Order: sequence, then C-alpha cells, then structure tokens
Amino acid sequence: MAQIEPITGRYLRLEIHGRPHRLYFEEAGQGIPLLCLHTAGSDGRQYRALLNDANITANFRVIAFDMPWHGKSSPPEGFQDEEYQLTTDRYVEMILAVSDALELDQPVPIGCSIGGRVVLELAKRRPDRFRCVIGLQSSAFVQRYFPLDGLHKPNVHGGEFCAAYCWGLVGPGAPVEHRWETLWHYMQGGPGVFKGDLHFYSLDGDVSEGLREIDTAACPVFMLTGEYDHSCTPQASRDTAVMIEGAELTIMDGLGHFPMSEDPERFRDYLLPVLDKVRAL
Amino acid sequence: MIDALPELINANAGLVRRGRWASFTMLLGIGETSWLVTIDQGRIIDCRPEDLCVSTCDFAILGTEDAWQKFWQAMPPPMHHDLHALIRAGKMRLEGDIDLLLGNMLYVKILLEQLRGRI
Repeated sequence: MAQIEPITGRYLRLEIHGRPHRLYFEEAGQGIPLLCLHTAGSDGRQYRALLNDANITANFRVIAFDMPWHGKSSPPEGFQDEEYQLTTDRYVEMILAVSDALELDQPVPIGCSIGGRVVLELAKRRPDRFRCVIGLQSSAFVQRYFPLDGLHKPNVHGGEFCAAYCWGLVGPGAPVEHRWETLWHYMQGGPGVFKGDLHFYSLDGDVSEGLREIDTAACPVFMLTGEYDHSCTPQASRDTAVMIEGAELTIMDGLGHFPMSEDPERFRDYLLPVLDKVRAL
Repeated sequence: MIDALPELINANAGLVRRGRWASFTMLLGIGETSWLVTIDQGRIIDCRPEDLCVSTCDFAILGTEDAWQKFWQAMPPPMHHDLHALIRAGKMRLEGDIDLLLGNMLYVKILLEQLRGRI
C-alpha cells in the first residue's frame, strides 16, 4: 500500500561565507532541534530512519540538511571555476548559518564522520549555542592512509570508486538494502565533492588543539563509534574521548562508518539511550 | 580455495553484469603463494597458481596469509573485512596499474568476498 512519509522537504535561501546559497533540508517532528550532519560525499538521506522514527520525532524536531554541493543543495554561483574544499572554519560557519536561518534554539548537532569531527569544534568554540553535541564516528583527526586522487580523475568513474571505497566502511553484517542505499548516495555525489570534504577530514580539520578546553558541563559531548570503522577507528574515538573530560563514548558492535544509514535498527538501540539523556539535560 | 572462484563468480549473474567492463589479469598474493586470475568482461576465464618466477598481470593485491584468512572468515574481524582496512592495518598493498584497479574496485571487492566462509 502506498504511504507518504511524515517528512517535509524544503529549500532554504541564506548567505554562507558571504555568498547566497540555496540549501535543501528535510525535517520531521517537534521538540528539541536535532540538527543532522551527513558524512563526507553523501547527503541528508543518511538520516531517513531518524526522520521516520515516531519515537524520536515525538520529542525531537529532526532536521537534516544537504551541505552546499551535496544532495539537492546547489553549489554557489560561480562554482564552475572553483575547486571545492571544506575547511574547519567554513564548516563551523555553515552550521551556525543554517541554525540561525532556521531560528533553532539550543539545537543538538548530531554529526557523522566529518560531522562527528565538527561537532567537537562546535562544542569547543560555541558551547553557548548548543544544548549538547552528538558525534558519530567522531575523532579529532584521521591521518590519510590512501591517496585521494582516485576520487576525482577523468579515467576513474568517481561515483563507482567513491562507493567502492565506502563498501568496506559499512559493517560486514549490515542489511543488504541499507548497505546499497548508503552506497547509492555516494554514487550520486558531484565530481570531486567527496574529495573536497576529505580535505577537512584528513588535511585541514585537525581539531586536537583545545579539545581539553571543552567544558562538558556547559555543552555535554556524546560519542558513538562503530567497531568496523577502519577510518575513524574505535581507538581513534577513545584517544579523542580521553582528551575531553566528561565525554561519554560508546563503541557500537557490528556497525561501521555510517551507523544511522547502514543499519538503522541496530543503531537505534545505541542512539535512544543517548537521546533520553539529551532530554534530561 | 581460490580455484573455486571461477565457478562462484561466473554463476553470479549480477556480479558478471557489474563487471561487464572488467577485463584484466590480477595477481592475488597470499603470503608466499600467488594466484593469477584473468577476467574477461566480468567472467573469470583463467585462475591458476603462479608457479613461475616472472608474472604478467595488470595489478596485484598482496596480503599476508593471516590477512586473507581473516578476510575470508564468514564474519571477519574489524580491520580485516575490507581491502582498504587491511591496507590501513599494514597487512595488504596494491601494485601495478592502480587506476585500472580503482575503476573496477567495487567489482573486485565483491568478487573477493565471494570466498567468505568457504576457505
């Protein structure tokens, strides 16, 4: 039987980095704003299960936006003459701009991978702006261990290779349908966009400095990391968590780099207890 | 064993379709032993141990015996479940025409996983 999901998708016009942008975002639910940040090279569809979960949307306004250049969000005018490269400053500024534009009051950013990284920077720079942060596959830095060139070169199909790279970032026990849905998002990415995001992930975005200054009394930090992630490994998350006094880290059995997308059911068991704590803050 | 690959792959219509542009010879280095696997439009047309001192292949995937053994477990342990994971763990390396491999990486990864739980 046909069914319309309880998700609303809209376009947002706003300025980011002083330039007009047209951003696509989806939302569902009411309550505490849960601002979802997708992984490098993907888009907000990774959070489809959270947006459809009545147990979550009963208490949270779940919002997932596609970053500029990703999903249904356009790159800014003039993009054809630029190389896309995400930096720490630009990423933080973008999230604050979206939060302001949507008039979110004390939102909870939940980010995965690059998103899991940047939420630490948000907690560090602007603890006043957020109720708390949730980092999935979150670590202060990941050293590059494979050349990024293959992600964007004319003789290698970018979509095919981006999916191939992410194939093993998904846990081996992930349901087949969710594995391929997750990979499909990567197959659809624009040329060089995944690579441009990884500029932040493995070159520019080392957020180690100042992590110890994060005041988790002002902005609590929750971290969830899948055991099969060979990029942001459990050890990388542990090494990061010990630098943040009061951070709560849980290692998730069986899950890989895209927990909310690759295996939503298994991830839910780990997320709901965290969301209960968020509500109690 | 590795010699089960042709039957497994060639009977997998979805994988053969995925590999319809895949035509190359890859060398699988498993510790001290090597296998040459020749693929033509997604089908394996030759698969044999490499017992000569000189190999001709387009690219090579070289791993320790322990790495492959764990990779081929029905449910491999973390850091042993993927070529890139094994590369990061320092237990695998790639040589040869890397662009050719990158362009066919999804096909190759799925092909190699077909031996999971069978070795």
